[in-house]
Amino acid sequence: MPQVFPKYANVLTWAVILGVITTVSLLGVGAMVFARSPYATLKETAYTQPIQFSHAHHVNGLGIDCRYCHTSVEDASYANIPPTKTCMNCHSQIWVGSKMLEPVRESYRTGKSLEWSRIHRLSDFVYFDHSIHVTKGIGCASCHGRVDEMQAVYQHGTLLMEWCLDCHRAPEKNLRPRDQVFNMAFKPSDLKQSNGQPHTQATLGAELRQKYDIRSLLECSTCHR
Amino acid sequence: MSSIKTEDKPALDLEAVMKRLENADGRQYWRSLEELSAGEGFQEMLQREFPRQAGEWTDPVSRRRFLTLMGASLALAGLSGCRPPGGKIVPNIKDPDGVTPGKPLFFATSMPMAGYGMGVLAESNQGRPTKIEGNKEHPASLGATDVFAQASVLGLYDPDREAGLTYLGKPKSWEDLCASLKADLARLPKGKGFYLLTETITSPTLLNLLENEFLKDYPEVQWYQHEPAVSDNSIAGLSKALGVPVQPVYQLKTADVVLSLDADFLSRGPGHLRYAKDFSSRRDLEKLDSFNRLYVVESVLSSTGAKADNRLPVRAADIERFAHLIAFFLKVEGVSEPKGFSAAERLWAEYAAEDIAARAKGTTLVIAGDEQPASLHSLVAAINDKLGNNGKTVLYIDPVHARPGDRAKSLRGLVDEIAAGKVQVLFVLGANPVFTGGSDVGFQGALEKVPLRYRMGLYHDETSKLSHWHIPDSHYLESWGDTRSYDGTASVVQPLVAPLYGGRSFVELLVNLGANPNRDAASLVKDFWKAWFEAPAQASLKSSTTFEKFYRKSLHDGLVDGSRFSPKQVKLVADAVAESVKAVASASESKPAGKDNLEITYRPDEAVFDGRYANNGWLLEMPKPLTKITWDNAAIMSFKTALELGINLNTEKRPELEDGVYRSGASSFGYTGGEHGRAYVDTIKLTVNGRDLVLPVWVVPGHPDYSINVQLGYGRERAGRVGTKDVGADVYKIRTSQNPWSALGLKVERTGKQHILACTQGHHYMEGRHLVRSGSVEETKKDAEWVHKLNSVPEQHEEGDHDHGHDHKHDHKHEHGKHKLSLLPEAISPKYAYKQHKWGMLINLTACNGCSACVVACQAENNIPVVGKVEVTRGREMHWIRIDRYFEGNPLKPTELKAHYQPVPCQQCENAPCEQVCPVAATVHSYDGLNDMVYNRCVGTRYCSNNCPYKVRRFNFLQYTDYASVSMKMVNNPEVTVRTRGVMEKCTYCVQRIRAAEIEAEKRGKLKAERENRALDRQKDCQIQDGEVVTACQAVCPADAIVFGDLSDKNSKVAKLQQKVENLNYSILAELNTSPRTTYLAEIRNPNPKLTSSGGKGHA
Repeated sequence: MPQVFPKYANVLTWAVILGVITTVSLLGVGAMVFARSPYATLKETAYTQPIQFSHAHHVNGLGIDCRYCHTSVEDASYANIPPTKTCMNCHSQIWVGSKMLEPVRESYRTGKSLEWSRIHRLSDFVYFDHSIHVTKGIGCASCHGRVDEMQAVYQHGTLLMEWCLDCHRAPEKNLRPRDQVFNMAFKPSDLKQSNGQPHTQATLGAELRQKYDIRSLLECSTCHR
Repeated sequence: MSSIKTEDKPALDLEAVMKRLENADGRQYWRSLEELSAGEGFQEMLQREFPRQAGEWTDPVSRRRFLTLMGASLALAGLSGCRPPGGKIVPNIKDPDGVTPGKPLFFATSMPMAGYGMGVLAESNQGRPTKIEGNKEHPASLGATDVFAQASVLGLYDPDREAGLTYLGKPKSWEDLCASLKADLARLPKGKGFYLLTETITSPTLLNLLENEFLKDYPEVQWYQHEPAVSDNSIAGLSKALGVPVQPVYQLKTADVVLSLDADFLSRGPGHLRYAKDFSSRRDLEKLDSFNRLYVVESVLSSTGAKADNRLPVRAADIERFAHLIAFFLKVEGVSEPKGFSAAERLWAEYAAEDIAARAKGTTLVIAGDEQPASLHSLVAAINDKLGNNGKTVLYIDPVHARPGDRAKSLRGLVDEIAAGKVQVLFVLGANPVFTGGSDVGFQGALEKVPLRYRMGLYHDETSKLSHWHIPDSHYLESWGDTRSYDGTASVVQPLVAPLYGGRSFVELLVNLGANPNRDAASLVKDFWKAWFEAPAQASLKSSTTFEKFYRKSLHDGLVDGSRFSPKQVKLVADAVAESVKAVASASESKPAGKDNLEITYRPDEAVFDGRYANNGWLLEMPKPLTKITWDNAAIMSFKTALELGINLNTEKRPELEDGVYRSGASSFGYTGGEHGRAYVDTIKLTVNGRDLVLPVWVVPGHPDYSINVQLGYGRERAGRVGTKDVGADVYKIRTSQNPWSALGLKVERTGKQHILACTQGHHYMEGRHLVRSGSVEETKKDAEWVHKLNSVPEQHEEGDHDHGHDHKHDHKHEHGKHKLSLLPEAISPKYAYKQHKWGMLINLTACNGCSACVVACQAENNIPVVGKVEVTRGREMHWIRIDRYFEGNPLKPTELKAHYQPVPCQQCENAPCEQVCPVAATVHSYDGLNDMVYNRCVGTRYCSNNCPYKVRRFNFLQYTDYASVSMKMVNNPEVTVRTRGVMEKCTYCVQRIRAAEIEAEKRGKLKAERENRALDRQKDCQIQDGEVVTACQAVCPADAIVFGDLSDKNSKVAKLQQKVENLNYSILAELNTSPRTTYLAEIRNPNPKLTSSGGKGHA
């Protein structure tokens, strides 16, 4: 019987099948990897701000507490950006003529708000509440990283849902005593266990989880409503 | 109006229908007359959940184009990353005091509705009012609100309010306006020729300014009033009977028997919210012995009539005569027995009067409807006096609104003055007399004769179009002012936001015309109340507090302490009854009711009132309580009247429409099963007083025969983009100011054309399932378990099957009997131990009066979009809670008709059928018993809605949410996701409120535990108090019909109530094993045993 297919068709068939499988898997894997890449998640990407405000200087250098500016973090779902007046509280007396601070003074003078570039942005269908996390013992640094060492703020985590779930499934990975929440430099080994040994995050977390009765909230309506 | 030509079909076979009804056994719950006809088309409809043409694309967009569009968006929806770009954060310069971003603030204010104030709390999210709640302290509502208050926040942001201050279309400034007015008043000596036309005014500040400043400065200025949808007959009648003009305030808490003579007191009127609350408190299911009794005689089936224990439909023209019958049986002096009533009606009156007469003095109440003539009000005052109610169940106070009088006469008077050439300048405040003036007044023509016209109003409407100056008024949420409520209690209106569209308030305009200009409204209001505070009448207040403290307290509480009007001591004047006797004597000379002597009744619409809310999408789309019509008005008549007039009630398949919008004869009403709501109805031409109008026909069972009711407020020409085109017909064209509420001599002619009404009525036929369970107090006393005995499903049950003796409890240890009919196998029923909160809801059908405030409140709270008339005809209305309305009885015997309401939100089934079938797990169960809906996971398969037996899931078939209008973005509640097309949504038990309360409770508990230096004990520390979480629907209900709370908290209202009236507690479609968390309390009525209809043969 005449051969319909040429000899190379044997190889071609396998090549195509394997090729399609490989391509589709690579595309799939590639999409997943891409979605987690800093390009897509904007992790560790700094932005230009109207004024190059340095947390490192103000927090580490001057010792200002997070809550001096981000006032509503313990009460409300948003930890707000401070109004111009907060800057002027000090800068009406310090560095009064500085060229770098001219936008602040202009904003205060003219009544036109400063437009900061937003670093941490969750999707609109995600309802995150700062106050409950802060009250329950999650440090600022756990999610935002060492902001006190950042000259320009960048995103420390990926802010993907899997990143949130990582902690929600095992809160002990990030718990700290409530009075240490705003202490950026906190290390679990700063505290001692009851047996005299310094704490590790595992031991500290387990102890606090018990004491604070932390549930691991995995209901969808916790964040999506 | 789209029109269809059709040949005459034979009328419904009356004989067959009557025969079927007589042979029927037990209670016949039925929705529409189509069900009753049980014609072929109807049966077919029942077989399908979606109509035959469901797959057919009836939109002008062709299928090919649709795929193109979808394909494009699919391609673009790819790997653009899961993160939105950051955007900007823009903080304030100085943060305002007390505002925490993310935490709403509530301000007490008052909403003026036809002049009268309704105390409300307005929720402000970062300076934007987004929701209205009731003010629990306010005596006029005790925390309830109605649909108008709920929808008012949408009216604030209405982009059609945009028109700025203009003169002949050219923009002008405020100073220009004041200068112009001042110049006019200067050239007119003492203001002679300057005429002012306003709506009802109760505001003490404005009244003070008008009477004591403006009218003193310009004593020749004439002030006229216009209020098209509110009648003045009550004050007129009472002043005749009692010698002084007074207004009634009813004390329904102490009334054991209430007789309503065409009074819709539960759903209309300045005090209706308070009356609904008080009335509901006397129908406490735990205290069956102190149940009150409501007799209603009415000319239009209303919500009050739907709640009645005994109801009689009587034409409006005959109500006064019927009142004479009652008065005769009550032995009121001067009243003789009127003739012309049927034996059944006479018996009704006799037994009702007997019941009333048997009660102790001061425990009954007779209420006359506002729209009835003044002579009836005088008669009723006499009846109440005889029954000892004066000072007990009815109190009389001074009239609350300014210059009470006949406002219809007032408008005619103004037109006469214009005709006489006396009016040089006319200033119209609010009102819309060109639209609402009435056909005999001819206001439009008169207005055009006035040399200079000013118009201050919220919209650039019909009256503004004909005026020279259009001045934007300010909405109550953006202005300072004050109001008085039904009992005289004053409330300060405080703004939540600066005027969005450049509106100013009238008080500011007035002061600029006087000697002391440039005072702002805030200080004017404060100064007025300061003067009031310092007056000798308030000496006791002065001694206990300072004015500043008092004013702050008034602003905080939402009412001014001590401002309530005290009841007056009044006595009956000798000839209170004579007018009524005269009126009845002359009326009885007219022709008897019949096809040739039809009556027309005019009523303000339940959605748009007198037309002022015609641009409010939430209200237009709200299905009206009894007719379930949206986006339209109709000529309502009884079944018998329709048959005699030859109206086609047969709903066989309709041929194609001429204008091609609805193709292929897709669905007649008879064909639309499932969720469609398109009704093809005949239209008729109504001719009365020489004017005619075409309206679609709607048959409502229980409507009195030979009377046609029409609703005001539709058919507007300049309402705004929502309410203008093709929304109903303008009934004002056939309404005269001489007979504004009813008229005889109506002629009706069939036009042979048809109209499509978007009505949500045709779905959810009960089909023998006991969805609404209604019984009487007597029955419940005899057999407490009658509700649970109805649990078995008739017809489908096989012989010998175990009849489920009692309802599914929420206690999972209970073993269910095996039902043949079950959605899910037994094993799936979760043996989940709810460790903490267990949210549940109880809907009390005895209390619900169908007002639909919950429907609009839910829409406001949850950002539910408006879909428009066409989509409602496709059954795609988005309301998360709907109120099903069922009729019971024989439609040809209107006296036996009963109407039942049942609000149906998502039942939050513990064993939810929707959760089982979602392919992407977008709907899951939470630890506290909620059925969570995750919008971002939903891909739109709609399998969940398919599987839901209650059909409470709403799908965004198209992009319903308005993303384009800037102002519309502000009305959204930031706590709830705004959904786009392609996602399913449903009631969430206001999960945003639950989570917010939980977060607060957790924070509270944690801090407490820390202060006390111990471990957290969740049960003790993080308790959520009962009443801390209130769902939107629960909060606004005037009858307290919805009770929501934590079932695991033994002391919560919902748990206690479920336990105490366990015998009346049932869930709907329980046989499907869904274990819903929302359960119902049966509807109990208290009819007069002598008047119980012979049709009640016990339970099915």
